[in-house]
Amino acid sequence: MADPEIKSYEPFHESHSAAVTESRPARAVLMAIVFVFLVVFLLLPLIIVFKEALAKGVGTYLESLSDADTRSAIRLTLLVAAISVPLNIIFGISAAWAIAKFEFKGKAFLTTLIDLPFSVSPVISGLVYVLLFGAQGLLGAWLKTHGIVILFAVPGIVLATVFVTFPFVARELIPLMQEQGNGDEEAALSLGANGWQTFWYVTLPNVKWGLLYGVLLCNARAMGEFGAVSVVSGHIRGLTNTMPLHVEILYNEYNAVGAFAVASLLAGLALVTLVLKTLLEMRYGAELAATRGH
Amino acid sequence: MTKPHFRKLLGALVATSVQFGTLGFAFADTTILNVSYDPTRELYKAYDEAFAAHWKAQTGETVTIQQSHGGSGAQARAVIDGLDADVVTLALEGDINAIVSKSKKINPDWRTKFENNSAPYTSTIIFLVRKGNPKGIRDWNDLVKDGVQVITPNPKTSGGARWNYLAAWAYANANDGGDEAKTKEFIGKLYANAPVLDTGARGSTVTFAQKGLGDVLIAWENDAYLALDEFGADNFDVVHPPTSILAEPPVAVVDANVDARGTRKVAEAYLGYLYSKEGQTIIAKNHYRPSKPELVPPEDLAKLPPIKLITIDDPLFGGWKKAQPYHFGDGGIFDQIYKPAQ
Repeated sequence: MADPEIKSYEPFHESHSAAVTESRPARAVLMAIVFVFLVVFLLLPLIIVFKEALAKGVGTYLESLSDADTRSAIRLTLLVAAISVPLNIIFGISAAWAIAKFEFKGKAFLTTLIDLPFSVSPVISGLVYVLLFGAQGLLGAWLKTHGIVILFAVPGIVLATVFVTFPFVARELIPLMQEQGNGDEEAALSLGANGWQTFWYVTLPNVKWGLLYGVLLCNARAMGEFGAVSVVSGHIRGLTNTMPLHVEILYNEYNAVGAFAVASLLAGLALVTLVLKTLLEMRYGAELAATRGH
Repeated sequence: MTKPHFRKLLGALVATSVQFGTLGFAFADTTILNVSYDPTRELYKAYDEAFAAHWKAQTGETVTIQQSHGGSGAQARAVIDGLDADVVTLALEGDINAIVSKSKKINPDWRTKFENNSAPYTSTIIFLVRKGNPKGIRDWNDLVKDGVQVITPNPKTSGGARWNYLAAWAYANANDGGDEAKTKEFIGKLYANAPVLDTGARGSTVTFAQKGLGDVLIAWENDAYLALDEFGADNFDVVHPPTSILAEPPVAVVDANVDARGTRKVAEAYLGYLYSKEGQTIIAKNHYRPSKPELVPPEDLAKLPPIKLITIDDPLFGGWKKAQPYHFGDGGIFDQIYKPAQ
């Protein structure tokens, strides 16, 4: 910091904004663009969802949510999220632990593999399971003789959801754990903690906010996934229709209120996620920034 | 939030997941799954209820019918890939034949199992116009007039749209004595009058009825009446052109699945009852054309006036196998005549 060259430039800049050189009008235009974009593409659709849902009054809104098929779709979505999110917590922590704390061959490959669901279209993610578990698929005959049902039933929907949401927890934790290194764990071990104690009292508290952040995103996607689930669902009413699939069905039946009522629940979930995320960042912003490395 | 709090939160998460995990699905006595296509939702909702009551009265058994709806081709694919359908009720004979040839789950002689080549109902293509029919649309040649906007989906992506196209083709062919150049010109004019081609039939209905675009919607008869119910009978009129095309959506029992599940008896009764007085009446009430209209009270047939219908197997088209690539394949007639508005 004692470099005289850098110091000599300082008087030309306003404090705390060393990188900003644009004039005030330019800044205003940029901010206006962002603002208009957000209003048109994010806020308006959100308002329309709620407006359409309540178009025929609160009574109709509640009535359409208490429809048997709608309730079963909500139940199924909650069930799928309740299975796939904990699974992803376990997989995510394990994967991040392995990648961050150990050195082994094929580590780069494993990291790429974890990112794969992000780069593959969800429809393909679903089709992969059809090709694998379908009656004409690789394991189809074996599954049939053993009476195991995966495709067009809850297990298939869970598998597809786990696949598309897989990177969320791991990607939050890997950079975090890598940055933290092994120091704390080594200290704990040298003080006589066993492996489980080290994980529970040292590693987990260190990554808790990153983990929670990942879980939030993972949950939002698990409940909202359409493409992959659509391929493996079989669309059986009251049995294998998740909320996003049910929205499409209701809309195609010209039941706009029903469709937007279910959509409003999904939108509500997104809002809750957003609020939680913002609260996390407000309260633990410094900690998150310090541990997330960006 | 302190560390113990965080652990409590994790614990709560796990506890919730256990709770949801125990929410199983309870099955009634017998369940059968009917894998169908999109526009039959309302029909089977009504019919399933009637059949369950009939079956209960006849045998004392409780039967629950589950429904799966989607694009007809995609639904056939799902059955091939293992969707455990007891019966399929699809849009096209070719979709059931695909299940026969690719999975052998349906016996090849399925068309002989029920009357009328296993087609308990038929449907046709008609017009939906604005109330009072301000543009005076009565027949297909009214669609190519200047200043008439036609709403129809894209035949490249929509099965229903192909029927619309072929119905117009049949009219034009008869009208200009089989001169294909003239027929092509007619179809070209018709699509030049279409301001937008939606990807599916329901998309077009929404464009016409909800967004208020266009003077006439070419639609399935049942879809036109459904739009009337849904968007208000005071806003639209149904117009039956003197000629149109006949679609015969077929039904079949999925032999391999019903034998494995022991549901053959109820599955066959389920499809057979479609031909009964009650089944045919429900069909008419949902604006499909019953294959045995003599069983249906005349007042339920009032909205389905007889019109001259040509089938896809007519020599003019030579069946779907010939018509599909000729009209809708890459470089086919539709590609030659349709130029999207710039």
